[in-house]
Amino acid sequence: MAAKMLASALLVEGKHVASFPMYGFERRGAPVVAFTRFDDKPIRLKTQIYEPDCIIVIDPGLLTLPTLFTGLKADSFFLLNTAKKDFKQPNPALKTCGLVNATGIAVQEIGRDIPNTCLLGAFAAATGWLSLDSVLKSLPEYLSGADILKKNMASAERGYKEVEVIKW
Amino acid sequence: MKAKKGAISVMMGNVVAANAARLCRPEVVSLYPITPQSEVAETMSGFVSDGSLNAEIVEVEGENSAMNVCRAASLAGARTFTATSSYGLVYMYDTILETAGFRAPVVMVNVNRETPGIHAVSSGQQDMISTRDAGWIQIIVENNQEIADQIVMAYRLAEDYDIQLPIMVNYDGYYLSYLNEEVEIPLQEDVDAFLAPLKDQPKRPRIIPGKATGAGTHGMEMGYVEARYKHWAAMDRVKNKVDEIDKAFGDYFGRSYGGQIEEYKMADADIAILASGSAAGTAKEVVDAKRAEGIKVGLVKLRLFRPFPEERLVQALKGKKAIGVIDRSVCFGWKAGPMAVELKSLANKLGTMPILSFIDGLANLDINVPHINRVVDEVNGAAKGKPYQEVTWIPLE
Amino acid sequence: MVIKYKFQMQTEAPWSDANQKMLALDTGGWRTERPILDKALCNYCGLCSIYCPVQCMKDKGDHYEVDLTWCKGCGICAHECPKKALAMKPEGDFTNEG
Repeated sequence: MAAKMLASALLVEGKHVASFPMYGFERRGAPVVAFTRFDDKPIRLKTQIYEPDCIIVIDPGLLTLPTLFTGLKADSFFLLNTAKKDFKQPNPALKTCGLVNATGIAVQEIGRDIPNTCLLGAFAAATGWLSLDSVLKSLPEYLSGADILKKNMASAERGYKEVEVIKW
Repeated sequence: MKAKKGAISVMMGNVVAANAARLCRPEVVSLYPITPQSEVAETMSGFVSDGSLNAEIVEVEGENSAMNVCRAASLAGARTFTATSSYGLVYMYDTILETAGFRAPVVMVNVNRETPGIHAVSSGQQDMISTRDAGWIQIIVENNQEIADQIVMAYRLAEDYDIQLPIMVNYDGYYLSYLNEEVEIPLQEDVDAFLAPLKDQPKRPRIIPGKATGAGTHGMEMGYVEARYKHWAAMDRVKNKVDEIDKAFGDYFGRSYGGQIEEYKMADADIAILASGSAAGTAKEVVDAKRAEGIKVGLVKLRLFRPFPEERLVQALKGKKAIGVIDRSVCFGWKAGPMAVELKSLANKLGTMPILSFIDGLANLDINVPHINRVVDEVNGAAKGKPYQEVTWIPLE
Repeated sequence: MVIKYKFQMQTEAPWSDANQKMLALDTGGWRTERPILDKALCNYCGLCSIYCPVQCMKDKGDHYEVDLTWCKGCGICAHECPKKALAMKPEGDFTNEG
């Protein structure tokens, strides 16, 4: 869902997007990886991503995955959902990281542990690849109900403002 | 171009399929969910429930019944729609044979997934391959926009009075079914206009209450031969029709796909690769990169699989020095993948160039850039007279 | 054909090896939270072990300890413990974040 919201936000920016998830067993709680590409021209490549420019980790429990950082391009970016304010460089390819307590912010703003919208705001701020405005414009497509939309927009804005960017 | 611009949004493949089907105004729908198609069934149910689709929806306990419902409704004159995948497709096998044999123009989306035998919930074309002799038209698409457009074209093809055959629109599970891509969904009035020519045709045979009609009669000896022959001949007519409808679609909506096959940088190519589905998109990127290195390679994207687009393939591939075929499935009993076997059968018209078979992309494994690079390199080597392997299982090497 | 891949299965057909305890799948990797025992509260009743769906509670003589190789984090042990000696904590707290 987060990958789809990101795709919509990038479309608002005028980019071409392609995003798809890969998952194994059909069960709640199974690790899901989503591959998102965006470009100024149409995206014909329909493969998984082996050399990401950016990796977003929504569940810190996944940091133990041995292949998590495989293939990252040099000078790539890492966004992590965590309450910590500092983080040791986990891989030499990563040069910048964004830390945001998306779970905490989501629980405060929305009342539930749904960190997606907060992470989108943080992603926009930390990478500079899209504006907060595009993120906010893309949300109504997914969130019906003025109240829930407002809460998620607040969550996204806080993500944008509160993300800690660390350069290694 | 006559169509007005539709709404552009990021939409998942399965949701695109449901929207396109909705716009074609099916009157009876019956679907059973199965991964990776479930969202098609869910979205269609949602459309009927919220009134955006005015159709009779028949909830069934399984795909076999879903196809029976669609076939029966179709034989009563209704436009129908269903969708399935893999286990669902083979569960409806007897009924899809009947649907084709009775000439009911049902339109079905098949989201490609591996078949039973080894339990897999993952992408692969084995399900389409397992049903290639059912007598259905089978088309494969490359991306979400093509899903939408091909479903609209499917109704125009299936219900054509000269055709009257059911059609399976195939797209890759996971890689396209769950792909979120920007898509332009056409406007209702434009889809109506594009399908309007069907109304000018004579009415196809249908069950009419009170009238003594029989659909799908028992075939004895020459009766059987006659019905089979007419079905077989109709399949042959599909080929030119696909090209005509693609052109008409292009004229109306401003998007066309080449019809039976798309020829990408083929005109001056020395060697060629043949691919289908989402892998064809990746292959186009590889072709461009290889061309920049000086290798004159082209891609034939196979869209129409049944009937096999013999004439267009021969025209595109004749005279090439070597051809590589990427199959996303297995052909038991032959030393090559299914599409490669079928292409090789055209040797007397194509020429004796090496045709190399590559099996890849089974069970959600990626047909990625390094793999297709390897395909081009080996085909290039074969063209230059180097020894080559008849068939290569890329994941095993 | 030159096959470089090393076949993993012993059998021709896709059968799985039900060696030992039928626990052939890496269910430990599914966990998003794990049970943490407060040994002072544990009275060694063994209910956690009886209820555990994967039977991964190991008898340690005076208490039971979870085998993290298989623990799926379902939380049934914590729910059933009559002494409330087990609590579910998020996996994220235990990753080696250095």
